[in-house]
Amino acid sequence: MAPITFLEAIRQAMFEEMAADPRVVLIGEDVGVYGGAFKTSEGLLEKFGWERVIDTPISESAIIGAACGMSYLGLRPIAEMQFIDFIACCFNQLTNFVAKGHYLWNAPAPMVVRGPAGGGVHGGPFHSLSPEMYFLHTPGFKIVYPSTPYDAKGLLKASIRDNNPVLFFEHKFLYRRIKEEIPAGDYTVPLGKAIVRREGQHVTILSYAAMMHTSLEAAEALSKEGIEAEVIDLRTLMPLDEETILNSVRKTNKCLVVHEDTKTGGIAGEIAAILSEKAFHDLDGPLVRVTSLDTPVPYAPTLEEAFLPNAQKVFAAAKSLARF
Amino acid sequence: MPASDSRVNSPKLSRQQYLDLYYYMRLNREVEETMTRLFRQNKIVGGLYSSLGQEAISVGTAYALEKRDWLAPMIRNIGALLVKGVPPRDIFTQHMAKYTSPTKGKDGTSHFGDLENLHIISPISMLGDLIPVLTGVAMAGRYLGQKIVAMTWIGDGGSSTGVFHEGLNLAASQRAALVLILENNLWAYSTPVRRQVPLENLADRAKAYGITSYIVDGNDVVAVYTTAKEAVERARSGDGPILIEAKTFRRRGHAQHDPAEYVPPAQREYWEKRDPIALYERFLSAEKLLDAKGKKEIDEKLAALLEKEREFAENSPMPPPELASEGVYCSGPECHELQPKWERPIDELLPPKSCVEPVWTVAGFGHGKGSSGGGAPIHFGDTQVAPNGPAEAAKPSVTALANPAKKSLNKKPPAAKSVRRGKARR
Repeated sequence: MAPITFLEAIRQAMFEEMAADPRVVLIGEDVGVYGGAFKTSEGLLEKFGWERVIDTPISESAIIGAACGMSYLGLRPIAEMQFIDFIACCFNQLTNFVAKGHYLWNAPAPMVVRGPAGGGVHGGPFHSLSPEMYFLHTPGFKIVYPSTPYDAKGLLKASIRDNNPVLFFEHKFLYRRIKEEIPAGDYTVPLGKAIVRREGQHVTILSYAAMMHTSLEAAEALSKEGIEAEVIDLRTLMPLDEETILNSVRKTNKCLVVHEDTKTGGIAGEIAAILSEKAFHDLDGPLVRVTSLDTPVPYAPTLEEAFLPNAQKVFAAAKSLARF
Repeated sequence: MPASDSRVNSPKLSRQQYLDLYYYMRLNREVEETMTRLFRQNKIVGGLYSSLGQEAISVGTAYALEKRDWLAPMIRNIGALLVKGVPPRDIFTQHMAKYTSPTKGKDGTSHFGDLENLHIISPISMLGDLIPVLTGVAMAGRYLGQKIVAMTWIGDGGSSTGVFHEGLNLAASQRAALVLILENNLWAYSTPVRRQVPLENLADRAKAYGITSYIVDGNDVVAVYTTAKEAVERARSGDGPILIEAKTFRRRGHAQHDPAEYVPPAQREYWEKRDPIALYERFLSAEKLLDAKGKKEIDEKLAALLEKEREFAENSPMPPPELASEGVYCSGPECHELQPKWERPIDELLPPKSCVEPVWTVAGFGHGKGSSGGGAPIHFGDTQVAPNGPAEAAKPSVTALANPAKKSLNKKPPAAKSVRRGKARR
């Protein structure tokens, strides 16, 4: 098969799940007639009709509330945030209602909330957010943030089939920039399994989404300096694959976390705590964080470049860590 | 008198229906009185909220639903839960945080649900959130071919939330079978409705969504029931969401801790004289539907039931501490087998039958209520009595109901039962 974009992988996952299972419906702003702001749902309306591809008013709380109500009757709604930044508008509906239902009153909400996230495309402070950690702190969500077309398709399918509310972040920088050949037919990628993208014995680099590619780029440069980095793609932040992380760190004894989310309260801090609790004696150096700045995402290309991690920053941090 | 108005407004109730409404209102009140005693004995773990004086709304509206229909209560709708089939022990154990409660002690008050059998969705404390959720329930019900109606409640206070607007607007744009009961009890905690909303009638909020609304005397259970029944059937038949404003008064404070000293005594006195159960007893007695012997039988039945249910709750254990860490996630099919109840052929929903022509219009949309379209034009500002409404002599005006707070200073209670706003059905 011809290689497909990340965007096409998302579209295929939704298309195939909807074709196979009438419980799956799509609800969001401009998902029907227009096919989604990024065309991730192009053609779905024509194929599946108005009852299954639902254009809504600009009402994020109502989208989430309605999707949750639909899930209580046994449907598996996919709710799209036009940009993931707007998920803040339905924070209450998600964190207080959707996330707590199974724990409190035994009410699973098999729904997916998905949308374009991340920066690097000069979207400015309200179209570039990486909001995953707002939700990681709320028990009840699964959180997925893929880095490749293969994973995007397989993880989205697994998310739709999961009985829990899944927040599925799609890095918009990757939408059209990477292509991958993926197998024909149905496959899923399980939630909670990280993958080793590059093997190495000197330092572990943990990352996900667009930063996984940045980390791989840095790893190639490090290799030329004789430092073999092991690059791990977390794929999902909840569940977090502690086993794969710990196995790698026990081998390399050094750990670097790269994420596009801002530094304070990012997943790197959580991973630092896990390593401190479970691999303290395996570490030869401090856990190092390469992250975005603790600021809103700025608009000007020069500012955004300064804000985001890049391969040079990862290279420098890994090189200095490797000296321990 | 309101009681005689009820008779005029409700020609179709059977004797059993009249008595059911009475039984559930009494049950609602006795359950809450039992909990007040438990609260004073320090046996209620958290807060206790009272619906004293509002029982006619919870009972009358929920009684209009069928078994297949869905509801989500608010904090003062224990009566609705009882009507839907929740046993009193569930209410007691919830408040007492017992392991035997529907949430096993993980949440209290009316915060519990039952997706499988009773079709109840648990409320949360953030007001308005249930409106889009119940809209989704109605949308899914229609999709599955179930012909269900979804009902939830909101207060005068909660009607100012953003999600009230989002939810009702989505419901209207989807023509979802949602019936929203707006209980205007005149107070949002300590803030009177006049300082929250610059509207005479909160039912006017419906205008913004082009949907039908009703105003009803919330202390007249028969009026509430007949209005809700009509609304439920209209929603079921595809008329879209309906808003019912029920005018009433919160007789106790926001919760047990609140003596509500901010309420003017004259207002309180007025509404205490309009106790929905006392009014209804007079009506039942005048209609010879209930005599002293019948009332005594109900008294005894309730006392025996609640004694048994309270004992069950009191004798139940607290949840074991290890439960605290369990149940955040559904572990899969062994935890929940999630299958919808299809009541239409599935192949209608799969290609090729589900395909649409790429013509960007939705059938019926833009021709709904409140629009200038041809489907169901409504002339807002027209106010007419429901066809089965009070006889000519008792015909109310909207202004008669417009300002219960003001009315409270008068001695004469409003005569109106139910005022439909908007035009008659298509």
